[in-house]
Amino acid sequence: MNQTYAVTAVALVVVATVLIGALGLRVSRTTSDFYVASRTVGPGLNAAAISGEYLSAASFLGIAGLLFLQGPDMLWYPVGYTAGFLVLLALVAAPLRRSGAYTLPDFAEARLESPAVRRLAALFVVGIGWLYLLPQLQGAGLTLEILTGAPGWLGGVVVALVVTGVVAAGGMRSITFVQAFQYWLKLTALLVPALFLLAAWFGDDTPRAGFDATAVLRQHTVVRIDDTVRVDLDEPLTVGVTGSVDGARHGGEQLTLDKGTHRIAAGTELSFAPGTEVPRRVSTGPEPVRSSPFTEDGGQAHRLYATYGLIMATFLGTMGLPHVAVRFYTSPDGRAARRTTLVVLALVAAFYLLPPVYGALSRVYAPELALTGAADAAVLVLPERVIGGVTGDLLGALLAGGAFAAFLSTASGLTTSVAGVLSQDVLPSAGVRSFRLAAAIAMAVPCAVSVTASHVPVADAVALPFAVAASSFCPLLVLGIWWRRLTPPGAAAGLLAGGGSALVAVLVSRSGIAPGGWGGVLLAWPAVWSVPLGFLTMVLVSLATPRHVPAGAAAVLARLHLPEDMIGLPRPGPVPGPGAGGGAARQPDPAGRP
Amino acid sequence: MPAEHRPRREVVTGIPRRAGRPPGDRPARSEIAERTPLGDVYVRSLMRSQLRAGLSALGLLLLLVGTLPLLFASPTAGSVPARGPVLWAVLGVAVHPVIWLVARRYVRRAERNERDFTGLVEGR
Repeated sequence: MNQTYAVTAVALVVVATVLIGALGLRVSRTTSDFYVASRTVGPGLNAAAISGEYLSAASFLGIAGLLFLQGPDMLWYPVGYTAGFLVLLALVAAPLRRSGAYTLPDFAEARLESPAVRRLAALFVVGIGWLYLLPQLQGAGLTLEILTGAPGWLGGVVVALVVTGVVAAGGMRSITFVQAFQYWLKLTALLVPALFLLAAWFGDDTPRAGFDATAVLRQHTVVRIDDTVRVDLDEPLTVGVTGSVDGARHGGEQLTLDKGTHRIAAGTELSFAPGTEVPRRVSTGPEPVRSSPFTEDGGQAHRLYATYGLIMATFLGTMGLPHVAVRFYTSPDGRAARRTTLVVLALVAAFYLLPPVYGALSRVYAPELALTGAADAAVLVLPERVIGGVTGDLLGALLAGGAFAAFLSTASGLTTSVAGVLSQDVLPSAGVRSFRLAAAIAMAVPCAVSVTASHVPVADAVALPFAVAASSFCPLLVLGIWWRRLTPPGAAAGLLAGGGSALVAVLVSRSGIAPGGWGGVLLAWPAVWSVPLGFLTMVLVSLATPRHVPAGAAAVLARLHLPEDMIGLPRPGPVPGPGAGGGAARQPDPAGRP
Repeated sequence: MPAEHRPRREVVTGIPRRAGRPPGDRPARSEIAERTPLGDVYVRSLMRSQLRAGLSALGLLLLLVGTLPLLFASPTAGSVPARGPVLWAVLGVAVHPVIWLVARRYVRRAERNERDFTGLVEGR
């Protein structure tokens, strides 16, 4: 790939992000502007901003990579990411806006009048935010590595620095413009090359590649193995080897490998003849590849369970993502929040038509990526592979720019919300300066982890925060909005039981100490059991502590559900109900902190 | 899931005489604003209708999309030769407009509920 074009594209995206951020900074004059864009963002702009923020590296690179590796079952990822907004719309969108809550902890305190539940919710926001930031930074590292050969940590650090700068300098107003711009950039960056690729594919007599059979190379291909891999051969394979296979050195001669498992050392170059089947990769170096139930031999039952685990996590987790919830506060009223969500659904769905194109075409044109383990790079290398020449380089550069827009937008949204929570609930003094410090902390932790932690497929890694959000904030929001008898002890117990168990499950499964078989599958996809556990605990403990029902519950619920013009108070702004007492949503006004 | 009515302490004040309205003719709007038992009934009725709208949207989602994994995993689907292309077409393309239409139906219904409620309260 031509480095100059790609680096120029990435640099342009970064500069545009900083410039639009600076423009927003000039517009945002008051503290209220700084935090929530004065709640005057219209549905069109706000929807583009929500979509821009939501479509992360997992959507831009990860889905195509997983589709390429594991076939059409992975289409449940984009379907889930879209359907999550329908669930959010139907259960929480308008009431969440009317609650006047800026963050999820604000909502918890406004509804339950309990600082303890607020602090617990703040912990979960920070945890989910960091879990979600990590794959974004690692995706950025991978992209820059593939484009320029830079060390793997550099891309993550670049994204971290830019995002911290923009967030700390501009706050929400500039973020809204930046995000909206980045949605359209991402859509263009994926759409234009997709059209060229499809045209080339039709010109090539629409070759197909099955996902059940092993991928077959169409042309002579040289593959460089960067990490040591073990491959599993179903039949003997003849391949040219420069480097080390099974501990023996080879200097470019043809070698016939027997059926069975072989170890290919890092730095080895394999040269495949046309028509060769790509060998199956078993594991990377010392660490076992996370056993994905989608490919495991556990059969139909595991597969079905994993699919429903994914559906539960994505359908119910979207509403609990901290950077999504914050965005609803910028709508002028509940009705606008609903209409905004409807536009978001259309924008997000339009975007998700594209990654499957890349997934399917890379199976045809770049099957050897399965061997190097860089499946997340499928989107980036496809134009060069299929079209080539200057056109291919330019399209590749466009994709690289779009990918960086994806890292920057999601990471800045997450950093804004994590920093908001840190500055309000953790740091000793509030105010814009504290927010800036919080932004630096919010980004420093995942950045440090991304440099040290091992790489996992981006889309896979993003499923984890979704599962935790679905098990913690989904019960809190749904019961908080629709059930009068929710109590602070119930909410706290439910958050801990549902969200806590999901968090432990994903950490155990990620660290590789999970058992095989059903135990491992249950831990890898916890949402199927942890979401009901969260709901059940919240309901049962609330019923057992009826005396703790907040005094202002009825007033808060009325405010959540009544149209703004029924309350007879000025439309914009949270309305501290007369009975809500200290439970009124805390305004994110630095001067107003008690 | 609205709970059954739980009596709560109320601050009782007299009707402002200056208002010049005969007792019993107070607009529902102030019943709601002052959260009298009658106002509470209004709010509960709105919540119920909104919850019904939301749950029916989720029911549609479950029926139209949530059953697909079972459908695709069923033994009869496995024997269909075109399973792959069907998966791509259904999950890659067809699902999205379906989800959007369900969402639009919900938004219209929720807004109608709110309009009806405002009409009811304002006596129109």
